Amino acid sequence: MSENRGSWIGLWIGLGVLALLSPIGLIASGSAWGEWGADEFNQLLGYVPEGLKRFAETWNAPLPDYTIPGLGDVPGYIVAAVSGMAIIALLTWVMGRILARK
Amino acid sequence: MHIPDGYLSPSTCAVMYAASAPFWFMAVKKVKETLTARMVPLLSILSAFSFVIMMFNIPVPGGTTAHAVGGTLMAIVLGPWAAVMGISIVLLVQAVFFGDGGILALGANCFNMAIVLPFVGYYVYRLISANAPSGSKRQWIGAAVGSYIGINAAALCTGLELGIQPLLFHTANGTPLYCPYGLSQAIPAMLLAHLTMAGVAEAVVTDAVLAFVRKSAPLPVKNSFKKEVTA
Repeated sequence: MSENRGSWIGLWIGLGVLALLSPIGLIASGSAWGEWGADEFNQLLGYVPEGLKRFAETWNAPLPDYTIPGLGDVPGYIVAAVSGMAIIALLTWVMGRILARK
Repeated sequence: MHIPDGYLSPSTCAVMYAASAPFWFMAVKKVKETLTARMVPLLSILSAFSFVIMMFNIPVPGGTTAHAVGGTLMAIVLGPWAAVMGISIVLLVQAVFFGDGGILALGANCFNMAIVLPFVGYYVYRLISANAPSGSKRQWIGAAVGSYIGINAAALCTGLELGIQPLLFHTANGTPLYCPYGLSQAIPAMLLAHLTMAGVAEAVVTDAVLAFVRKSAPLPVKNSFKKEVTA
């Protein structure tokens, strides 16, 4: 029984590889069903539902649709993937450390 | 499956926050009871994984796209309550930073993807793999089938929430105020995307990452697949 062999490094590397590959996700064109913006509604229906128009802009995200200002789609997507993962890893790690049994 | 703001009425959003809130409180309580310090890196890794896997948009019939979530995977490895917490944090970050899913709709999105998905997926997995030896074929099948059903249960909930909007909320002359598509359009559209492509992707992703985690994670975590995980 060899306890503690290996470490988390392989999994973190795996996440890095996925970030680099993430622009594959840009190939599929079109929005997900039910995630259209107001302009897309104009094309689909010829009008934008009133309430939808009113609440659609409740929040303006700094990096909409995983874009980074000044970067192209592909590098932007990779940077967004890495930044998002970093923020999430940090938040979950902090919460986990606070909550976990010692 | 990320509902943007404006698709659900404010009252629907409030109801969905109210529906999710008790699960969030319980998740904090349960994670506090069951999560061990050495499992914390895995919570971070699987949450980050869920985020990045959702960026892999897959084309689905009808010209739209869908994606895997990795929620049943997290529920199998860390327990469903840790998955509630992890996926909720992922959805929060997606909404706040990337505008993927609304802020008003966050309660609904968490209910679908961070609560229904991991719980349904996890209990289907448990049902199929009950008493199966660790690493047995039945466990892998259970994980895959649970993932497939879990993500489709979430898609069905999303379709329901969107589809009731034009029934409940419209102007005097019947023009929809929010999501304009009714149940007969929203549910088939959501299920078509997830029964075909995203469900299969979720199943493949779960088994692939389970295999990878078992192979490359430090041993104590691998052992805990058997017992510690049944929180």
